[in-house]
Amino acid sequence: MLNKLILANLTHRPVRTLLSVLAIAVEVTMILTLVGVSHGTLDSTKDRAKAVGADIMVRPPGSSVMSSLSSAPMSDKYLGLVMAQPHVVAATGTVVQSLTFPDSITGLDFDAFKKMSGGFRYMDGGDPVNDEDMVVDEDYARQHHLHIGSKIKLITNQWNISGIAEGGKLARICVKLSALQNVVGTPGHLTLIYVKLDDPTLAEQVANELKAPLNDDQVYSINALMDAYSISNVGMLKDFIWVVIAVATIVGFIVVFMAMYTAVLERTREIGIIKAVGGSSGLVLSILLRETLLLAILGTLVGIVLTYGTQWLMKHSVPASLVQETVYEWWIYAGAIAIVGAMLGAIVPGMKAVQQDVTEALSYE
Amino acid sequence: MSDAVMGAEHISAVSTGASTMIRVRGLTKVYHVGDVEVNALRGVDLNVARGEFVAIVGASGSGKSTLFHILGGLTPPTAGTVVIDGKDLGGMTNQQRTELRKSTVGFVFQKYNLLPTLSAEDNIKIVEYIGGRSTDFTPEFQDVLKLLGITDRMKHKPRALSGGQQQRVAIARGIVNKPAILLADEPTGNLDSQNSAAVLGVIKNLNERTGQTILMITHDPEAASYASRTVHIRDGQIV
Ligand SMILES: Nc1ncnc2c1ncn2[C@@H]1O[C@H](COP(=O)(O)OP(=O)(O)O)[C@@H](O)[C@H]1O
Ligand SMILES: [Mg+2]
Repeated sequence: MLNKLILANLTHRPVRTLLSVLAIAVEVTMILTLVGVSHGTLDSTKDRAKAVGADIMVRPPGSSVMSSLSSAPMSDKYLGLVMAQPHVVAATGTVVQSLTFPDSITGLDFDAFKKMSGGFRYMDGGDPVNDEDMVVDEDYARQHHLHIGSKIKLITNQWNISGIAEGGKLARICVKLSALQNVVGTPGHLTLIYVKLDDPTLAEQVANELKAPLNDDQVYSINALMDAYSISNVGMLKDFIWVVIAVATIVGFIVVFMAMYTAVLERTREIGIIKAVGGSSGLVLSILLRETLLLAILGTLVGIVLTYGTQWLMKHSVPASLVQETVYEWWIYAGAIAIVGAMLGAIVPGMKAVQQDVTEALSYE
Repeated sequence: MSDAVMGAEHISAVSTGASTMIRVRGLTKVYHVGDVEVNALRGVDLNVARGEFVAIVGASGSGKSTLFHILGGLTPPTAGTVVIDGKDLGGMTNQQRTELRKSTVGFVFQKYNLLPTLSAEDNIKIVEYIGGRSTDFTPEFQDVLKLLGITDRMKHKPRALSGGQQQRVAIARGIVNKPAILLADEPTGNLDSQNSAAVLGVIKNLNERTGQTILMITHDPEAASYASRTVHIRDGQIV
């Protein structure tokens, strides 16, 4: 019976109901999209690194996950040191130069890379031949409308697209190692070293053994590195997510507060009637809170659907910049955040409803 | 002034102890509006027997609604005793007054006061629900609906009903939980004479057939003539 009244109340003011649901939906979408992009971008970075087939990675000291790798601090003499270690069957170095976030350009030794990972699978074209030749993955090519022979200006140079590769391996934009070293002015230096072993199960052990000869360079087994690729390890991203959640929650709170406040004002007489026929304060409050809960649940569901919309949009407009995953776990968190925010928003209007004097309410015009 | 005492004598003549449904003694009500005190009731004494249909007649501002709000547990009295169906309203908490409205008192208002978003039927059922009763109409209540002449209007929302029909739905709502007393505050105040006559006829009929105790406020002597007894109120006192 109460549910009937709650539904009747919500459908009685369809525009207000719709706007409230939409506001909560946007709140949920904001949270889910941000979390999805964070996870997606990290995971795609992770997957590309994994697809290289290395068992160990050497990174420059002081670098962290997602930090911009824009220098090439390691001498390529390290490569020889690494190769000399037992169990090492292949090692290759890359130079990574950050572009506007989240893009970066990678210089690599295509032959050594082929030995380690089997090389790129090309949709069109092939490995670079000349220094100005560039390989991009299909997402990047699609987003920037590139095809074989296209010219593109990155850093200070004009590049020529020589190959369009299947995505998901190493990096989205690759040029010859020496070419990039020259462009960024670090000949003979590397940003990252990928190491392949004859037995992948020895990765931890060999990584530890490599620490001594490489001084304080960061040597990681690929598994340890993958574990580091999580949101909680990216301080700035974590803070940003919290800020967005806070903003979204406040917006949801305000919208529900206003919707419920006007509902209580508008229903002064109806609340008086409920009380006059013996409805308790608890009942009046419960009607409002259940109405709010329904708005929040509907808003969450619509928000989840909208999130698939933002996912589709990103996939089709900026496939190379932002990858959005569906993080099912966060459906629950975002829903809980929306519900708590909405309930808080309903408290003050609810108190107002409870405190209204019945005789005044019934003479209210 | 010894009006309170005189009133008590006046009333004891018409009341019989055992079957008393409402017993009011020395009831006063003072409203505070800013620094001004408004004495809405100044020592009301009133007895109503079980099964009576009493009209309370008085000019505007004489305290009729205030008396009803106190009898109905909507407002606490300032002083005096009020006992309804054996329940003493003096010193009742808000919660106890809510309980009183749920179980002991039914209201009919001048402005119908139906919930606009619910059908006539659901307006009645939600009161059954709040009263903690089954929301299926008993055959007995179906008969009441027939008596009220609203059986075929049950699925309509209030705005699709005439004033007279809305008031008859409100009457059905007022008695659905079998309250000890039904309080009607100017139930025909918003109705034309034809609809007024129909509603008053229905109230009288209800009282005669079901023995429902009814108190009806009115300032219309014509309306009061339907009641079995008329009580006059002036300046917050029974005269
Ligand atoms: N809530 C209130 N606050 C202050 N004064 C009130 C209130 N309700 C009624 N009064 C005053 O009490 C007196 C009696 O009012 P009321 O009981 O409504 O009379 P009636 O119903 O006979 O017209 C009037 O002077 C009125 O202004
Ligand atoms: Mg009045």
